[in-house]
Amino acid sequence: MFRTLTLSAVAAFGLATAGLAAGAYDTHIEDFDFSFEGPFGTYDQNQLQRGLQVYTEVCAACHGLKFVPIRSLSEEGGPSMPEDQVRAYAENFEVFDPELDDFRTALPSDHFPASGLENAPDLSLMAKARAGFHGPYGLGINQFFKGIGGPEYIASLLTGYTGEEKEEAGVILYENKAFPGGWISMAPPLYGEDVEYADGHENDIHHIAEDVSAFLMWTAEPKMMARKQAGFAGVMLLTLLSVLLYLTNKRLWAPVKGKDLS
Amino acid sequence: MAGIPHDHYEPKSGGEKWLHSRLPIVGLMYDTLMIPTPKNLNWMWIWGIVLTFVLVLQIVTGIVLVMHYTPHVDHAFSSVEHIMRNVNGGYMLRYLHQNGASLFFVAVYAHILRGLYYGSYKSPREITWIIGMLIYLMMMGTAFMGYVLPWGQMSFWGATVITGLFGAIPFIGEALQTWLLGGPAVDNATLNRFFSLHYLLPFVILGLVVVHIWAFHTTGNNNPTGVEVRRTSKEEAEKDTLPFWPYFVIKDLFALAVILAVFFAVVGFMPNYLGHPDNYIEANPLATPAHIVPEWYFLPFYAILRAFDDTVWAVQFASFITGGIIDAKFFGVLAMFGSIAVMALVPWLDTSSVRSARYRPMLKWWFWLFVVNFFVLMWVGAMPAEGIYPIIALIGSAYWFAYFLIILPLLGVIEKPVAQPATIEDDFTSHYPKSSDATPAE
Repeated sequence: MFRTLTLSAVAAFGLATAGLAAGAYDTHIEDFDFSFEGPFGTYDQNQLQRGLQVYTEVCAACHGLKFVPIRSLSEEGGPSMPEDQVRAYAENFEVFDPELDDFRTALPSDHFPASGLENAPDLSLMAKARAGFHGPYGLGINQFFKGIGGPEYIASLLTGYTGEEKEEAGVILYENKAFPGGWISMAPPLYGEDVEYADGHENDIHHIAEDVSAFLMWTAEPKMMARKQAGFAGVMLLTLLSVLLYLTNKRLWAPVKGKDLS
Repeated sequence: MAGIPHDHYEPKSGGEKWLHSRLPIVGLMYDTLMIPTPKNLNWMWIWGIVLTFVLVLQIVTGIVLVMHYTPHVDHAFSSVEHIMRNVNGGYMLRYLHQNGASLFFVAVYAHILRGLYYGSYKSPREITWIIGMLIYLMMMGTAFMGYVLPWGQMSFWGATVITGLFGAIPFIGEALQTWLLGGPAVDNATLNRFFSLHYLLPFVILGLVVVHIWAFHTTGNNNPTGVEVRRTSKEEAEKDTLPFWPYFVIKDLFALAVILAVFFAVVGFMPNYLGHPDNYIEANPLATPAHIVPEWYFLPFYAILRAFDDTVWAVQFASFITGGIIDAKFFGVLAMFGSIAVMALVPWLDTSSVRSARYRPMLKWWFWLFVVNFFVLMWVGAMPAEGIYPIIALIGSAYWFAYFLIILPLLGVIEKPVAQPATIEDDFTSHYPKSSDATPAE
């Protein structure tokens, strides 16, 4: 019985592997090299500011960031913009004030507006709400090395249009290599040189997509840098504590185990 | 008491005597901390401390999170974002609590598997085992309800699927499901009662943990040999044991510090690795996710739940003899709860007179296959129920039940155990030959 079970388990595993290799997911996610990857990765302040510009000039037409307070643009570990700039930036938006029962100009204490277009998803958490990498065999082990791949997914999606279109039930769909299923209803938002960067950074489609994806990682995880610092301090302190406890334990048990530590 | 003979607390000063005759709390603490513990315990005996620590961690972080969380369908998701963005250190509290659940299950699975390998469930420790299984069930309920609270897509759809299991129970299922949910579907009433119970159950678990510890402090710890501590005299008992303080407290704290260092690395550097991205999308009753998957620690049981569809002969047979009352869905539910029930009954299913698998040459192999099977079920539980996966899930589920219902009862009869050491002291001195200097046994 043991042998039969083992054999069938091995056979089943082999078949499963073959089935997966044939490919249920045919999406292509490019592994972008972001500055914030890895345990010591940090946000690139300039990149976040460029990404904010892309969001404001392109994405904001349809997509909102309703969970993000505008004031957080000046917080440390983010775009870190000066407060007067943030105040001026807030004036780009109109928000509904229930006390006035009317719209007014946004203040830094307000959140970014919600999506203007009904079926455009909010982007506040998009970089954490998508996984770019799943493998191998759905085990998710490659996330350990590449990261979960949310920002990679966004950047791959923005650059993944093939130019093919089709109409389905009165809706125009665009072929996209990164989108599950291959056809997305969002028209290509970027073509390259969509924005003019003040710092003269390259503005081809690849760089713009990368910048806005980095910005969306920040909107999803604004405390990432503080979190990594806390994690690092925690690991260091606990490692030190482990060493001390190891030595204490060794000394404590030495007489019992008949070992001479002197 | 039938416990291991050892020194008890003797109040010395007048003040101590005064307190002791009114409330023997110092004596209770002394006896608990100084309990004689088999000196050959290995590193698999550290998970109890880890579990106790994580329970406290979850309660403390949870209480602070509640101060900032709003249990309402319109505000739950945004209040979690408020914690992540605006509350001082809120991101750390939330990630500690979220990943604390994972650490809890890593530790409990290691703890349970240790018990299964070394036969810790056997007489006279059946009550300890049963209480442990109750704690485990409550942990699963607590974790499941906690996962609903952030009100993401997986929260909502996970709650819908799992409460739907109760709907599969014949006759009373639908009414039971409505009662559990507080309405016809997962909604605000569901969120509120899950929040209430998620706060309550950890304290019930805490109480059960005290009973769990009380039970094994009465019987004494099991140990890697499964050989009991000699109890005929205090002198003999002292050759087999060491007091819990300081020997095992320091050892356990060392292990805890190492495990927490890894835990902090996960929380600090990859806090969302074990979560599902869909839970960062606010719950939407109108949009079903492509794949509804529970958290990793439920996956083996989710695989067992889904393994039994109506192409399986056992399901067809059950459906036939019950006149269709047990359909495929209900069969799956029975299998899932049954998989834990058979584990709870293992003290009476294992017929071997030898406790530890160390001296059971056949059980060893079946046990490690059980462990591998557990991970295979976990993996297949995350896969879509199509193609080859349901077949793997079925083989895995069958092995789970066969292990408890066929292999363990049978091995007790056909297996020939190898020789066990006569005493714990013998086992210990064979590991640390030099320690024989201290004892004139050789």
